[in-house]
Amino acid sequence: MIDIKNVTKKYGDFTAVDDISLKVNEGEVFAFLGPNGAGKTTTIKMLTTLLRPTYGEIFLNGHNVMENPSQTRHSFGIVFQDPSLDNMQFHAMLYNLKDYKNRIDKLLGLVELLDRKNDFVKTFSGGMKRRLEIARGLLHLPKVLFLDEPTIGLDPQTRNHIWNYVRNLNKEEKVTVFFTTHHMEEVERYGDKIAIIDHGKIIAQGTIEEICKKAGADKLEDAFIALTGKNIRKESSNFSKSTMRGFHRQ
Amino acid sequence: MRTIYILWLRQLKRFIRKKSTLIGALGQPLIFLLAFGFGLSPIFERAGAGNYIQFIAPGIIGMTVLFTAIFTGIEIIWEKQFGFLKEAFVAPVSRFEILLGKTLGGATVAMIQGVLVFIICLFVGFRPVNISMLPLALLFLILIAILFAALGTTIAARLDDMQGFPLIINFVIQPLFYLSGALFPIVGLPRALELVTRINPLSYGIDAMRYALGGASAFSPWLSLSVLVGVIIVVLIVGIYQFSKIEL
Repeated sequence: MIDIKNVTKKYGDFTAVDDISLKVNEGEVFAFLGPNGAGKTTTIKMLTTLLRPTYGEIFLNGHNVMENPSQTRHSFGIVFQDPSLDNMQFHAMLYNLKDYKNRIDKLLGLVELLDRKNDFVKTFSGGMKRRLEIARGLLHLPKVLFLDEPTIGLDPQTRNHIWNYVRNLNKEEKVTVFFTTHHMEEVERYGDKIAIIDHGKIIAQGTIEEICKKAGADKLEDAFIALTGKNIRKESSNFSKSTMRGFHRQ
Repeated sequence: MRTIYILWLRQLKRFIRKKSTLIGALGQPLIFLLAFGFGLSPIFERAGAGNYIQFIAPGIIGMTVLFTAIFTGIEIIWEKQFGFLKEAFVAPVSRFEILLGKTLGGATVAMIQGVLVFIICLFVGFRPVNISMLPLALLFLILIAILFAALGTTIAARLDDMQGFPLIINFVIQPLFYLSGALFPIVGLPRALELVTRINPLSYGIDAMRYALGGASAFSPWLSLSVLVGVIIVVLIVGIYQFSKIEL
């Protein structure tokens, strides 16, 4: 479903993503892990046509992401770290959907927001906004759903709910799920396969058991720390454009 | 086309929902009208230049359109930070359509504000000389609106946060307004000032509105039309390029 072939992303001299290759099969729930600033968000941005790789090729649902952005964009839905709070109907129109009213109701029912259908988004709580984002991301029947830290800042109840929806969707609609998170127990519960990225390179990939075995650890959290080291990373995950320009100048 | 329409509609809906911005945006033109219009009126008349309210009204309408249009363009910086632009960029629509939709939406909002200020001007004593020329005035109003909405959008494509905002007010909007002939006649100015006003596209827009509303003007309306359309095309081309370079 997703095929990343030797992809590199450079900002000037700085290499954010360094020659990564990755395959995600249809129907998988794939966890993309790594410390802050490792290259997770950059990779997701390249997968979702927001950034162009410096080298390499990406295929999503059989479409070449760079050469065929429009087809690619029909194939995926995405829930961003910062919800954009636009309404479902607007999204439907942007994706040129027909007969979307029933679909909206179905998805709102799924994330238990049907009773709030006519309310303004600004009156929603953080968890409700996130649930709405997920429903919105699924409106156009995507084959792949990207979730960039979908449960950040949510309480365990809401996290649990969100993952149940995602799991259901994955089973019922055969949606491939590609997500990032820092909650390792979430990965152990809901993930099928994992890749760990650090300093722009993929340092491990496989099932949870394979990764734990490779690191000689029982738990994924321990394996993660064993593989990526104990040092706290410089918080540079979201390269602002000014940072990039800074790199260009050097 | 559909995408442009949807984005245009979204902009309009947001404008209608936010009544505070609408009323807020009417405050400044009102102050200008009252302070300058009435304050400078006696001197203006003593200098033999006619009724100042009659002179300044097209300038104030132009100012309203300038400010509102650039601000709606600048909204894009906000949308960059708060997700909407990302959502639009990952949707199966081209960036060119997004740019046009935003520009036309912003221009429409600015145009509505301009028409409201025109009505306020009528209350303060402004009288268009020839009613049949009103459509022409509206045409120039629309052109000014499109030009500066496109300029705002283009500037916003380059900026990443609101910290650049004072820069835009002080180095783009203010000079465009004060050096445009909105407040004073551009004939018989000191050489340098005259030159500056003549390279300012807003001068042509306001002058043409003055031509349509009041009769007296410095340029031929055809010249103004060509300048405005020409600059719109140039700004849009730059805007398209800038938009294609946005990395979120």
